[in-house]
Amino acid sequence: MTPRRRADRRAGLLFLTPALLALALLTVYPSVWVLWLSLERRIPVFGVARFVGFSNYEFLAGDPRLWNAARVTLAFTGASVALELLLGVLVALALSEQRRGRRTALALLLLAWALPSVVTAKLFEWLYHPSAGLVNFLLGERSLNWLGDPHLALPGLILADVWRTTPFVALLCYARLLTIPAALYEAAQVDGAGRLAMLGRITFPLLRRVLLIALLFRTLDALRAFDLMFVLTGGGPASTTETLTVYAYRSLFQTLQLGFGSAIGVIVFALVMATAWIYLRVLRREGMAA
Amino acid sequence: MRVGQRIRDGLVLLLLAAYATPFFWQLLTSFKPEAELLVLPPLLPTRPTLAHYAVVLQESLLPRALLNSLGVATLTVALALALGLFGAYALARLPVPGKGALMLGIVASTAFPQIATVSPLYLLMRALGLRDTWTALVLANTSFALPLIIWLLAGFIREIPDAIEEAAALDGAGRLQTLRFVILPLVAPALASAALLTFLLSWNEFLFAYTFTATEASRTVPVALALFPGVFEVPWGDIAAASILASLPPVVIVVGLQRYLVRGVLAGALRE
Repeated sequence: MTPRRRADRRAGLLFLTPALLALALLTVYPSVWVLWLSLERRIPVFGVARFVGFSNYEFLAGDPRLWNAARVTLAFTGASVALELLLGVLVALALSEQRRGRRTALALLLLAWALPSVVTAKLFEWLYHPSAGLVNFLLGERSLNWLGDPHLALPGLILADVWRTTPFVALLCYARLLTIPAALYEAAQVDGAGRLAMLGRITFPLLRRVLLIALLFRTLDALRAFDLMFVLTGGGPASTTETLTVYAYRSLFQTLQLGFGSAIGVIVFALVMATAWIYLRVLRREGMAA
Repeated sequence: MRVGQRIRDGLVLLLLAAYATPFFWQLLTSFKPEAELLVLPPLLPTRPTLAHYAVVLQESLLPRALLNSLGVATLTVALALALGLFGAYALARLPVPGKGALMLGIVASTAFPQIATVSPLYLLMRALGLRDTWTALVLANTSFALPLIIWLLAGFIREIPDAIEEAAALDGAGRLQTLRFVILPLVAPALASAALLTFLLSWNEFLFAYTFTATEASRTVPVALALFPGVFEVPWGDIAAASILASLPPVVIVVGLQRYLVRGVLAGALRE
């Protein structure tokens, strides 16, 4: 080993150690500790902390509230992500042909994405107000109780999430569209291809990769989403918008069952990591990921 | 054709402005006098007022929350960038044992759900006596900001040609000097993107802030907004004014610093 290489090794460890220590304390340690917590019956206010094995999970397996939360989470994720991808591609296509005012266009678009989700919740709570809300006013139908009606609350929540996250998908697709050489379209035009043919044969195939990436990011974020439903509907009415994350939070910090709530947190954790793993396998099979 | 293009461009801008309606509607609401809040039409306030802003700024806890959010976000950026820059440089350029596995772990940890780590972090903060302090929030936010920053910066640093550093080494520069005088100027724009993204994530963060804070000493803007008090009726006008104030930094970033934000988002999403 040359002196220079030895010095580099030392520098590498020196530079990396602070970051790794921080990650070990703040990320690794909590994510291991939560597994342990989920095996405990732990109620801090009463000083209870007892190892109970898998009994939290056994209870959850037969818990209708958990299965309802799982259904809500999957419905929320499926519907939001599908709508976001669809709308995002449309917006990106519109933006890619924009000549003037691109900066303004991007600012108007990204605004929705950059706002704190608690603000988004407040914006939509006000838009959905039964008598003074803009939504009912525009519908000319003033009696819909969006957040109070068990049939409307989940669609209302999904709409708010779609509004908030479509810009992210649109931005990714837009950036990809900008890199497609114009010569490709010109050549297709010379060959007599129409607009639809070009869209189907050039644009969509080239968007495929970025769409898969957007799908991955959006699915992971939707599965672990919390702020929007917690503030907008609080899981109600009648648990129709109670996702796994909201159920976990309620158990952790409102009924103060730290062990039980951690078990639900671990379920979300497993769901997210399994989803990420499946996606990465798909991406890899397509020869897309490193 | 050119006229057609102009009309098309104008139409797209109009549609995007319509898309931002929820925000503009809240902006409009924040200027509506109390008496006009719960009546539609008219859509526009007939006599715009600053009364809601006066209430929020003078009588609510929001000014203190704005200070807390600003402090927490700034400190999170400083801590995560300082740790992240050195870590990213080591992972991108230096011979570190187990580099591949470390990088994989760091990327994987950006997917960890906050709801899973919030209970252990809560116990950790309590054990360290950090509940209801800025420190707790800075540390908690660093837990999700740091992996993202390392990932972003390592990608940018890898794109810098090795030859530049070798030239510096031949001139007798050590790694620290190379990082300071060669790499740092080259990744400055990337650093700005990472800083903006971290600031935004920290400013918007709710779950940790809601859990680890207890009083106005450390409550951030999203928490203050979620807990905005109403005595008998919901104070829609005041909430609107508070929402607009809470949105100021994101609006400034999207309008004024768009280039850096977009670069950060794209790098974070499209890097492998």
